[in-house]
Amino acid sequence: MSSSTEKAANTERFHVLAQLEHLQSRYTGCGHADTNRWDWLTNQHRDTSASIVGHPDHLSYMAVANNYSRERARVEQLDKMIQPCGAPPKRTPLDDL
Amino acid sequence: MHLYHLSLQPPSNIVCAVHGSFAGISKQQEVVVARGSILQLLVCDSRSGKINVKCSHDVFGIIRSLAAFKLTGGSKDYIVVGSDSGRFVILEYIPNKNCFERVHQETYGKTGCRRIVPGQYLATDPKGRAVLIGAVERQKLVYIMNRDSEANLTISSPLEAHRNFSVCYDVIGMDVGFENPTFACLEVEYEEVDQDPTGEAARNVEQCLTFYELDLGLNHVVRKYSEPLPERGNHLIPVPGGNDGPSGVIVCCQNVIVYKNLGEQQDIRVPLPRRRNDIEYEDTPLLVIASAAHKTKSIYFFLIQLENGDLFKVTLDTEGDIVTDMHLKYFDTVPPANAMCILKTGFLFVAAEFGNHQLYQIARLGTDDAEPDFSSRSTKAGLYNVRDLMNLVMVDTMDSLDPLIQTQVADWANEDAPQIYAICGRGGRSTLRVLRNGLEIAEMAVSELPGNPVAVWTVRRTVDDQYHSYIIVSFANATLVLAIQDSIEEVPDSGFLGTAPTIGCGLIGDDSLLQVYPGGLRHIKSDRRINEWKTPARRYIVNCAINRRQVVIALSGGVIVYFELDLTNQLREFSDHHAFESDILCMSISEIPEGELRSRFLTVGLADNTVRVISLDPTDCLQRLGVQSVQGDPSSLLIIETPDDTGAAPVLHMNIGLSNGCLIRTTIDQVTGDLADTRTRYLGTKPVSLYKVTVEGKDAVIATSSRSWVLYNYQNRFHLTPLSYMPLESAAPFVSPQCAEGIVAVGKSTLRILAFEKLGAVFNQTTHRLKFTPRKFVSLFGTDNLIVVEADHAAFTEKAKADRKAALVEGAEAAVQAARHDVNQQYNAQELRELYRNLDNDESQHGLPKNRNGTWASSIRLINATRGNTLCHYELPEGEAAMCVELVQFRSQPDSVFVLVGCASNLQLVPHHNPQAGCVYTFLVSKAVQGFEFIHRTVLDSPVYSIHAFKGVALIGVGRMLRLYDFGKKRLLMKCENKSLSSSLIPEDMEHLF
Repeated sequence: MSSSTEKAANTERFHVLAQLEHLQSRYTGCGHADTNRWDWLTNQHRDTSASIVGHPDHLSYMAVANNYSRERARVEQLDKMIQPCGAPPKRTPLDDL
Repeated sequence: MHLYHLSLQPPSNIVCAVHGSFAGISKQQEVVVARGSILQLLVCDSRSGKINVKCSHDVFGIIRSLAAFKLTGGSKDYIVVGSDSGRFVILEYIPNKNCFERVHQETYGKTGCRRIVPGQYLATDPKGRAVLIGAVERQKLVYIMNRDSEANLTISSPLEAHRNFSVCYDVIGMDVGFENPTFACLEVEYEEVDQDPTGEAARNVEQCLTFYELDLGLNHVVRKYSEPLPERGNHLIPVPGGNDGPSGVIVCCQNVIVYKNLGEQQDIRVPLPRRRNDIEYEDTPLLVIASAAHKTKSIYFFLIQLENGDLFKVTLDTEGDIVTDMHLKYFDTVPPANAMCILKTGFLFVAAEFGNHQLYQIARLGTDDAEPDFSSRSTKAGLYNVRDLMNLVMVDTMDSLDPLIQTQVADWANEDAPQIYAICGRGGRSTLRVLRNGLEIAEMAVSELPGNPVAVWTVRRTVDDQYHSYIIVSFANATLVLAIQDSIEEVPDSGFLGTAPTIGCGLIGDDSLLQVYPGGLRHIKSDRRINEWKTPARRYIVNCAINRRQVVIALSGGVIVYFELDLTNQLREFSDHHAFESDILCMSISEIPEGELRSRFLTVGLADNTVRVISLDPTDCLQRLGVQSVQGDPSSLLIIETPDDTGAAPVLHMNIGLSNGCLIRTTIDQVTGDLADTRTRYLGTKPVSLYKVTVEGKDAVIATSSRSWVLYNYQNRFHLTPLSYMPLESAAPFVSPQCAEGIVAVGKSTLRILAFEKLGAVFNQTTHRLKFTPRKFVSLFGTDNLIVVEADHAAFTEKAKADRKAALVEGAEAAVQAARHDVNQQYNAQELRELYRNLDNDESQHGLPKNRNGTWASSIRLINATRGNTLCHYELPEGEAAMCVELVQFRSQPDSVFVLVGCASNLQLVPHHNPQAGCVYTFLVSKAVQGFEFIHRTVLDSPVYSIHAFKGVALIGVGRMLRLYDFGKKRLLMKCENKSLSSSLIPEDMEHLF
């Protein structure tokens, strides 16, 4: 009896993990247990830039503040998405544990 | 009609625009534009050159992209909308219903403008076989379009063209003829960048031009080919393919455009040319912001626009399917655009990114002028001289307030209704606008009359006449008849009685005229015979109501006499008279419904504050049907018909003008004569008079009181709008060969011929130009003298401009000296020197020249908002960015008023440095309120974004501190400080403090 519940819990756990992995691959920016500060910040910045590009009024706001065209504001935001928060931190051997 | 979320003035900016044959009429193209949440269909009248909104629909969402496509062999374009709804929507415009109808709606993702949910980009296959909808990152979906056996549009389930970790810059559908649909996409992949802690990958990351092919046979999308680009592009232009051209794409990158195609084709690179006669620095990056394509069977070309608004015509040289060269030629300068459309009728519609949208007629194609031609043979950027419009002619403008920076509603001009003061626009196209609720009027003619007229009518001579023949003007004791020919002249022999005032007149029967004057009726036949009906002794006519077969007159004492035209075209008096207990103040009768002999209802306004409906049916003639009591004496009555769109019988609307200045509108039941659905509106201080005119072929009402109003039906809605014009006394419709639809009106001692402009607009705008982007304004003591602070990043102050010009002249001078031995070179250098000496571009047309990043130019202006003249102007030194302005009366200086301008000094926008400085400029307002003078400048440790007058001192937000300042001789003196704020204060925060 007890072993069967253990087994169920085990498969359940694997199932949840698989689901999580599926979610992470499907939705860019989904966090996981090893998400570090840099990952999180980078995702936040990319989301913000994409939102500015997606909202026409917000793009106009950027263009007026900087006194350049809306197209340049758009390109700047897209360029920013590539690496918004600097290079990622160095990987330590602990990361792979 | 939606009863929620209706704004007084809908958004006026245009985010995206596409053109196509949406109504399905051959040779006619319409433009569909997205204004925030509103989708509109614009129609350009090729004869008058006017662009008008035909259909407007609120989608209650954010429209991010639009595309148009046509199925192969079809005549009608469909509209694809990319929005924040997470849905792929295809719309069709239905011309006879004048609305957009949804053909397909496919849900693919969450709502909202998200990073990986498509909606940002739309690309269509030119043959209409597939549409791609893309997100900023990763996702791209392709839908296949087809038609079923009933020729309805069908849509497939989406095919994925996703690419992980890639940012999309632009995507287009390539023209590949009838081969598999191919989409070209500009992408940057960042997967490696995220893995590389050294930052090396980020520095070397390359943008790729990727081609996605939709395999129609296998029904899936493949990444066909990908090629890294040496420089980053931002915009793609598809080149016609198949039988019409070489296919391929033009990639617009910073400073250069490149033609690329699959296969053997070599890249063709043309550096973007620069302005020669401008003070801009030579290393200012150039960017293509918009493009438009024109394609006919024989030719195709593109127009590309740079950030400063300059248009270039791009043409390609081909040998077979191989492009050998690409040519750029300066075309003209128009406002920087979000989207441009070249219509088949030869118009260029420019949806400006800020400020008014323009419609241009393309007069020349710039093929045989002296403009230099730039091709791939040159590796250096060519130079051209910017000039006034030569190939384009501006024909129409659409007002746009975008970006609207500050507004205030106040009656600073001392008119009876408040005005809206708004500062809007950016850079050289900045404006101060005064908006008044009212419809714009075009004045076509004004002529003086002898004496003060009281009423005016226009009549046709026969039923079939297209134009009006006579204008009849009634004075207090005389009548004047004017004939409408090429000019308007008095006619003595019209048959009208000139020695009495006229109460009413009109066409009666098929070709005779009727004049009602106090002493009787005068029936003027077409052969000039006159039949007269005289009033009984000691009675006179006070009022009348006329349509084409019926005449009702009211005699003094409240008696009504009814006449009807019989079969021999004689007016036959109805034997019974009807007497009321009180005086008759006004009457109205509707037009005869089609196919009937008479109108059934007469409405009468009585002095006992009632309006009655009287039957004119032979069976119950002059019987009372309905009654409505009103709050004051009815002064005028008018029945108009509103045709119903669904084809049912028109609705009868009764308009009642009251002597207390109110207008009441009610509906008359066609069968019973009952009155229902009453609405009241206050129009002005004087009794309301109503006159029937025509607007857009439908009945409309001019209501005159202390202001004149027009009530008209436009886009299936009634609009009641005041006229932005002098008060009128009386009005009548006017149609002549010169004026298709106008009104003739009398006011004071003049006769005026007028026409309505910009129907549907609520506001009438007066525009005054400013120099830089306005930031804030205040009114000087509640007058129409406004202080406006303007500031622009990377702009030249007058002094910096003069310095830069002097440096350029000096450089050219040095070149002249250096080229002493070469006559040819010396001549060129001298020419350049003269060019620099005489530099003077119109900044409102050619844009402000761009200075280095981090420089600022600001000015403070005292401007009269009514006349638009600048009374006083003060320019801040370079580097100071004026952010706010406030009038402060200091406790210590009770006799004077100061203008405090808060600035940021040497503000860096990117990267945003924290240790920044600010200052406050103090000016003294002169006693005559005609100017201000500089007193002192107070240096502060942070930028100032908000100032507020507070109990005789100035409350200033300095960075994160809130401080109180008092006036001092040399500078402002700090009295008190609060450091406990979490972020810097902006004006809105300041308002909340109070």
